Amino acid sequence: MTSRFPLFGYLLLGAAFGIILTKAEVISWFRIQEMFRFQAFHMFGIIGSAIAVAAIARLLLKRPPAPTLCGEPAPLADEETGRGYRFWLGGGIFGIGWALTGACPGPLFILIGGGVSVMIVAVLSALAGTWTYGYLRSRLPH
Amino acid sequence: MLLEALTHTWPWYIAGPLIGLFVPLLQLVGDKQLGISGNLRHLCSALLPRRIDFLRYDWRGAGAWNLIFALGTLLGGWIGVHLLGTGEIAISPDTQASLHALGVHDLSGLVPHEIISWEGLLTVRGFVSVVAGGFLVGFGTAYAGGCTSGHAISGLSNFQLRSLFAVLGFFAGGLLATHLLLPLLF
Repeated sequence: MTSRFPLFGYLLLGAAFGIILTKAEVISWFRIQEMFRFQAFHMFGIIGSAIAVAAIARLLLKRPPAPTLCGEPAPLADEETGRGYRFWLGGGIFGIGWALTGACPGPLFILIGGGVSVMIVAVLSALAGTWTYGYLRSRLPH
Repeated sequence: MLLEALTHTWPWYIAGPLIGLFVPLLQLVGDKQLGISGNLRHLCSALLPRRIDFLRYDWRGAGAWNLIFALGTLLGGWIGVHLLGTGEIAISPDTQASLHALGVHDLSGLVPHEIISWEGLLTVRGFVSVVAGGFLVGFGTAYAGGCTSGHAISGLSNFQLRSLFAVLGFFAGGLLATHLLLPLLF
């Protein structure tokens, strides 16, 4: 099954992911505001139950780490954790952006499909942000 | 009946578990980790790698599946909005009041049109929200090595301590922006 899954299949999985996030209103700027103001359970319920289901499924599927020698590319080289600053700092910076745009990366893409075409600008800006991180990487605390 | 239910807001206890299932699903079909922000890196690597180590890798090998997944999410957004329809988003009365007090008047649609729109880009708050916000999303997720799907859902479900730090960071940043920056900006 592994590595036989056609790339087209990921298009369908992505479409399903996009439909769910749209219909659950995760892509709504208003829902994100509601979350950061702790004024409804909706987003916390979604993120919390998603983590719970994923954790249970992982435990059920538990198996030795997959070999990466044959076929599959090795994980990207961002695995070295440094002293952990990157999670606080990077996470905090992303959080500010999340509240400002009202969208994390998934919804940024989904909103474009959903007709909020100005999010093309946000994605281009996000690309500039990722590129800038790459450029400054050696000078940032990790 | 079912179709009618599909067009309404999907409740958290349906949507959340469905989203969670993508973690084992992606693991089973191809040993993949759910995570969207990696696509920003793959796109940068494809478009303008220059001599930047962070961007010099086999983006096709590492990211083709994920870029196609992201393309699929665009399609899903189109289907979700145009075929299944988004009704009025029933945010809590408290949030409605908070947003009115903030100076956001039109609470219809997926995003506030006075801010997140092409016309909105010409205003300070719209420009900062879309352009600066987008930049910080790209910079922050690359720095932290993941976003809501990668760190919160994928990472926390795998009991990764670093993902917990990252998610605490997400919320610290989000709370700071919501409660300190937005009142200054709006």
